[in-house]
Amino acid sequence: MSDSVETAAVAAPAPGTSTQPAPTHTGQSGTVVRSTVLRRLFKNPLGIVAMAILLVISLLAVLAPVLAPFEENYSNIAKTLAAPDSVNILGTDSAGRDVWSRLLFGAQLTLLSALLCAGVAIAIGLPAGLIAGYYAGKFEAVSNWVVSILMSLPGLIVLLTIRAAFGPSVWISMIAFGILISPSYFRLTRTAVQSVRNELYVDAARVSGLSDWSIIARHIFSVVRAPIIIQTAAIAGVAIAIQSGLEFLGLGDPSKATWGVMLSEGFKNVYLTPTLLFWPALAMALTIGGLVLLGNAIRDALEDGEKIKHRKKKATLEGSTAAPAAARPSRKSVAAVDAGTEHHLVKVTNLGVGYPQADGSIKKVVDDVSFHVDRGEILGIVGESGSGKSQTAFSILGLLPDNARIVAGSIQFDGNYTVAPGEELVSQARLSKLRGRRISYIPQEPMSNLDPAFTIGYQLVTPMVRVLGIAKEEARKRALKLLTDVGITNPERTFNAYPHEVSGGMAQRVLIAGAISCEPDLVIADEPTTALDVTVQADVLDLLRELQQRLNIGVILVTHNFGVVADLCDRVAVMQNGRLVEEGSVRDILRNPKEPYTRTLLASMLEGKTPMSMLVSRQKEPVA
Amino acid sequence: MIRFIAKRLGSGLAVLFVVSAITFFLLYMSSGSIARNILGDQATAEQVALKEAELGLDQPLVARYFSWVFDALGGNLGASWFTSEPVANSLASRIPVTMTMVFAAMILIAICATLIGVTAAVKRGWVDRVVQVGAIIGDSIPGFVIGVILVTVLAIQLGLFPATSTISPESGPDAWVYSMSLPVIALLVNGVTGGAQQIRSAVIKQLERDYVRTLRSRGIGEREILFKHVLRSAAPAGLTVLSLQLIGMLGGVVIIEQIFALPGMGPLAVTATGQSDLPVVMGVVMYTVGVVIVVNLLVDVLNGWLNPKVRVS
Amino acid sequence: MSTTENDPVPAAPLLSVDHLVVEYPSKKFRAKPFRALTDINITIGRGETLGLVGESGSGKTTLGRAVLGLAPVTGGKIIFEGKDISHATRRQRRTLSRDLQVVFQDPYTSLNPALEIGAILAEPLGVQGMEQTAAKKRVKELLDQVGLPSDAIHRLPREFSGGQRQRVAIARALALSPKLIVCDEPVSALDLSTQARVLDLFLQIQKDTGVSYLFVSHDLDVVRHISHRVAVMYHGEIVEQGPADVVTRDPEHPYTQRLLLASPVPDPDRQEQRRADRHRLLEIQRHQKEQAGAVA
Repeated sequence: MSDSVETAAVAAPAPGTSTQPAPTHTGQSGTVVRSTVLRRLFKNPLGIVAMAILLVISLLAVLAPVLAPFEENYSNIAKTLAAPDSVNILGTDSAGRDVWSRLLFGAQLTLLSALLCAGVAIAIGLPAGLIAGYYAGKFEAVSNWVVSILMSLPGLIVLLTIRAAFGPSVWISMIAFGILISPSYFRLTRTAVQSVRNELYVDAARVSGLSDWSIIARHIFSVVRAPIIIQTAAIAGVAIAIQSGLEFLGLGDPSKATWGVMLSEGFKNVYLTPTLLFWPALAMALTIGGLVLLGNAIRDALEDGEKIKHRKKKATLEGSTAAPAAARPSRKSVAAVDAGTEHHLVKVTNLGVGYPQADGSIKKVVDDVSFHVDRGEILGIVGESGSGKSQTAFSILGLLPDNARIVAGSIQFDGNYTVAPGEELVSQARLSKLRGRRISYIPQEPMSNLDPAFTIGYQLVTPMVRVLGIAKEEARKRALKLLTDVGITNPERTFNAYPHEVSGGMAQRVLIAGAISCEPDLVIADEPTTALDVTVQADVLDLLRELQQRLNIGVILVTHNFGVVADLCDRVAVMQNGRLVEEGSVRDILRNPKEPYTRTLLASMLEGKTPMSMLVSRQKEPVA
Repeated sequence: MIRFIAKRLGSGLAVLFVVSAITFFLLYMSSGSIARNILGDQATAEQVALKEAELGLDQPLVARYFSWVFDALGGNLGASWFTSEPVANSLASRIPVTMTMVFAAMILIAICATLIGVTAAVKRGWVDRVVQVGAIIGDSIPGFVIGVILVTVLAIQLGLFPATSTISPESGPDAWVYSMSLPVIALLVNGVTGGAQQIRSAVIKQLERDYVRTLRSRGIGEREILFKHVLRSAAPAGLTVLSLQLIGMLGGVVIIEQIFALPGMGPLAVTATGQSDLPVVMGVVMYTVGVVIVVNLLVDVLNGWLNPKVRVS
Repeated sequence: MSTTENDPVPAAPLLSVDHLVVEYPSKKFRAKPFRALTDINITIGRGETLGLVGESGSGKTTLGRAVLGLAPVTGGKIIFEGKDISHATRRQRRTLSRDLQVVFQDPYTSLNPALEIGAILAEPLGVQGMEQTAAKKRVKELLDQVGLPSDAIHRLPREFSGGQRQRVAIARALALSPKLIVCDEPVSALDLSTQARVLDLFLQIQKDTGVSYLFVSHDLDVVRHISHRVAVMYHGEIVEQGPADVVTRDPEHPYTQRLLLASPVPDPDRQEQRRADRHRLLEIQRHQKEQAGAVA
């Protein structure tokens, strides 16, 4: 999560795009259908069971004419409702027909009809979805309308109508049901295509002059392939269920042995031979269950791939810090805060944050980090993506993801531990009393950090009412004052607006107003200006400085931008790969960095460099 | 908001019109020898012709459709070809049975699926695993098979419930609820397992959004975040799930009524289908689609109320 | 191959954009179309880099996309090597793609995650009908040129970091030895040190091949570093253009002046100075605006 946030840190918001940080695109879940997915599928016990069940049933169905001892409709009137014996291994039904044989022929019909249904649905839904997703326009509008109609029709009622119109035929009813259910493929395909259509690699292919058909075949079809397989498993199950239901009602083809008919037959004789019910019900449950499990297993296999992808990405960034969980560096075992450190507003000591991995190890993203912040002081934490700077900030806020663990060290706030040495988790009981009241937070992405369903005023007023316990009217007055303070010219209108009605810069001002609304002692700002235009950034930096000086609050400013650091910070901590590389006053660090890493970072700055000169490739220029 | 509702209502009526046309042409175009079907093989050619004239089948298809539409607008859906009972009357006498069941099941699904789904999303752990497994099992067994199993085990083998539920509401609410409980359970099992699973993922998706973290940082309590913010944002997804389940249930209830021998729409639809009693089939389709359109309209309005962005556009 | 000379060649420019207008049809029925670009005039010579700078929504990306045929041209002309390409068909684009290429902003979505690096790089070659063995050889050359190991051919994009992916994207753009590469914020998504290395690569390639760049960025420092000339965009129009040194150090247009002073410098004392300069500028501009309002 924070990984992607940091990667997106430097990305300027493209005009009109969504608020999501760019690299979190996961519309590509289907693209990795490779041998690895199959291998993972075969490693999943449920996947193997599902495939085995389906394989056996398919084999039985294919070999039905060979395996079945009797014709599907051969009836021995002399031997009705017989118990299993050597001739009729599962007994006979009320007309003296062999249950085992009928079960086999039923399997054949059931599977074929499910295939037909899925085939029809794919044949309609897939191309329509591809066209609607890729070209949009009128075709999409019309298809959406047709889809909304098809989706509001109850399947069984439609099949009853078809039966009334065309008579009993498995094939006609399954074609009809295929048409009826094709919207599920349509929507799946359209959504997948839409998510890919505007991907830059499709644009790149267009620039290369690839034809639309080549683009669809090469870049787009691969995305929908896997979801379609998953969907087909589900659809086949639904088709079997509805087909059997129709036959159960006695509206199927009477000349065919099907599981639905057998179930209905068993139900009629439920007082005499309830086992007649058992076999078709079991066959149905096994087949549909097998399909459902297979779909789930494929999905899991794909999602594992995604997880591994993320892990790999992290590994390339933080490979050097991957230390085993056992190796906890120098941890102080003190219960009370160290004497002489109480006056620090925040003190982080030897902090380590990690994520447990599937193989039992813990991946450290923050390792042995120590620093402190005093009242009225601004500390900048600088680093590139994956340096652990945001993770450090979130540990102070107690807002790490659920699976994160504090693996070492402690955090104290105003003389008390929020994370005592030896604690694995941030104590929510302790922090929930501090958050909002004494520690507050300014996020990076202004739009996604406001709830779109509530007005800006509501989102400013509620925390004040909850935290400060003041009346709503009073909180409203304060909120309007705050909005004026953060430089909003028409506070009344902004107060009543929904988040989507204001600009990004305005939303960030609102978030800053929210962060200072309860007069905190410490503000943690995570890349507060990264998503903003440069001119807006300058205004917001002015605002932050002015507020910080007026309220005399401590600030931890997480950023990748040395210019922002120079503008605001008193002290700087430089982080790399989860470790704190160097810490000191802003002038020392920016002018006389001691560590090579800090020097490299500063050398990469463009300000003051000779245009068109090499920056790092042949690093001749000495760092000032 | 009123314009929004009017727009949705208009498109709903358009859907109703289109569906009625398609159904009508499908039914009447293909069943060439309707009169012969009704009269049987012994009927003479004159008798068949007479019957066709009586049923209006000698008129052109389009003319017949529009006369059906005008009759329908006046509340007249025609009469059964076999019993001569007006379709509107037979629907009216059966709708209460079916709809009480469907709505009882829907309300229970909404409550149970939401409770279970939200608990699984928030608590994770074993509740979550149970929901996952339950969803797989629920998906694997069709609703009517669950109905058959329930009757066989609970009613016939154990005798805990009546196997058929022909008791009318007049015979006392206790007895009625008792007799209706099995069919309602049969209807709702799939809905609860599937719904809980989908509501779970909708809630988890919302819990992972950035603004939830920011709300936490502002000192808002977990409960308020969950009930005021997260559930509100997850509600549209949940409502869509429920409305799709209702559509499915309107079909599923036909089989359930057949299993429990309930005098609802199911037996009417099945008999009419078997006999190709087209006016009745037409009536059943129109009624069902009408219910779906009304429910979808309600869902749209609720979504508009929940999400300011939808309301604006 | 020509080498970069800073004195402009008097011959016709490689690319010239005349009075370009781009409008997107509105989603709403019968509503006015959205005008993204108004009366754009730019030229790029051979071996020259034109930097395009502006804030989000200013239309700088749209201009790049219009040149590439990815945005609807509603007025004006785009002339590339003497030919009007403003409404080129897909077939003409295929020919054109030999000379006109692109590097996008986001290295995570500009490469198809399902294709191996080799296949990604071979795509433009295949479109031009190059045979497989020749294409393979060319792919190896390209990887070498952008500083990636040759075993990258059989690896997937997700195995690479952002900077490495951007190198792949650059290699793809170089595959057909184009004359002009449109670079749409190619370093914005990269970390500082990676950004420096990728900028070095861009400069090196220009030195070696004489390619021209249309370099789109929101960062004035980046644009100053890499461009011969700079054009500044604001609300869909070009408000100022000229030699990089002049525009990025001594701008005329009020917006460019604000932009220049808004970008913070990595030294607390100089930044304090810049901050003061900026406040003074804002004060003067407010004054001028008021006077202009009073006169009007």
